[in-house]
Amino acid sequence: MDDKVLIAKRVALELKSGDLVNLGIGLPTMIPEFLSSEVEVYLQSENGIIGMAPMPGRGLEAPSLVDAGGVYVGAIPGAASIDSCVSFGLIRGGHLDLTVLGGLEVDEEGHLANWMIPGKMVPGMGGAMDLVTGAKRVIVAMTHTAKGRPKILKRCTLPLTSKRRISLVVTELAVIEPTEDGLVLRELAPGVTRDQVIAATQASLIIPEQVPVMQIGEG
Amino acid sequence: MNKSVSCEQAVQMIPDGATLMIGGFMGIGTPHRMIDELVRQGKKDLTVISNDTGQPGFGIAKLVEARLIKRLIASHIGLTPETGRQMIAGDIEVELCPQGSLAERIRAGGFGLGGVLTPTGLGTLVEDNKRIVEVNGKEFLLETPVRAQYALLAAHHCDYRGNLSYSLTARNFNVVMAMAADTVIAEPEHIVPVGVIPPDLVATPFVCVDYIVERGNLYGR
Repeated sequence: MDDKVLIAKRVALELKSGDLVNLGIGLPTMIPEFLSSEVEVYLQSENGIIGMAPMPGRGLEAPSLVDAGGVYVGAIPGAASIDSCVSFGLIRGGHLDLTVLGGLEVDEEGHLANWMIPGKMVPGMGGAMDLVTGAKRVIVAMTHTAKGRPKILKRCTLPLTSKRRISLVVTELAVIEPTEDGLVLRELAPGVTRDQVIAATQASLIIPEQVPVMQIGEG
Repeated sequence: MNKSVSCEQAVQMIPDGATLMIGGFMGIGTPHRMIDELVRQGKKDLTVISNDTGQPGFGIAKLVEARLIKRLIASHIGLTPETGRQMIAGDIEVELCPQGSLAERIRAGGFGLGGVLTPTGLGTLVEDNKRIVEVNGKEFLLETPVRAQYALLAAHHCDYRGNLSYSLTARNFNVVMAMAADTVIAEPEHIVPVGVIPPDLVATPFVCVDYIVERGNLYGR
């Protein structure tokens, strides 16, 4: 299975019916595809809509309806348009149940860096800092390494997105939970060993006696 | 009072070096006709406050590509590499601001507030040179208000008085920017009689809008 598909399927299990969810650009936008048909969540897009849905078909673009990447989308019946202040009030004010974002680095304290690479990539933080600071749960969905180099580090080398400790990291190798005591290895991807995860991780991991195999969503 | 002006007249009001708020998100909800006219009239040394600089060849990117912007306050420029190039070359001074904080700074500017206290940005590069204020045992960053000389808005409907309504995600920053500039110019897709927008659906009240850009020569007539 493709690494990104595996990650999206695992994260899909974290979404619960009734959740207000904001999905970052890239891998996280694949998640709705893998939701169980029994789970009904409401997707918020920070550019101003609650109840975003996939495009219903080719040629049906509404000129004023896009996601946070500027890509045309659809909307569910009952969707609500909101302005930027309300949108970020929802995000910052504790109304958003979950955000799933990509990551460049995560460290032992559960800090996330995902908005810039000094001297190389300075796109701006957009809504990322508000999302990581304000959402009730923050899940980072990312590949475990970049060109063979670990992304889960003792300390982030890149500028942080927030000092808030994120809730969960899901990679193609493992599910890791940042806690007060450090990073806890919660699940292993099918066919992956503890040693493989340790070798691909620079940070220290707390490894419980039992580490179950990662469950994977439908689809 | 008739607030309508041609697009040309609207842009003629704006001097070189002006500070503009421009609505929109990645070019959606952006006043494209006024942007084209700013380029045509070559208004230069602009300070622009906006969420982003649109997409290449679309929206505020046209002002960047024509090298009309001197200073930019925005949350995201990742979709427009030319903005990044001019920033690195030192041609545009860019202040990056978290999107929610940008919205609140504009709101503070328009709502008569001395600033806003937000947890966003604490412990990051964003907190540099800013005051940290403790309230009830919690730390917040003080973000200061911003205002502009002109706000250039895009709306869906505008009635003869200047009441505005918006469509879907084209609402974004337009609503808050309408409160935060000395002169507010609205570029609607449709101009409609008073009453077509029911009072309950007015998102920007007419008292905020100074000028309405005429539809003009639509579909060749």
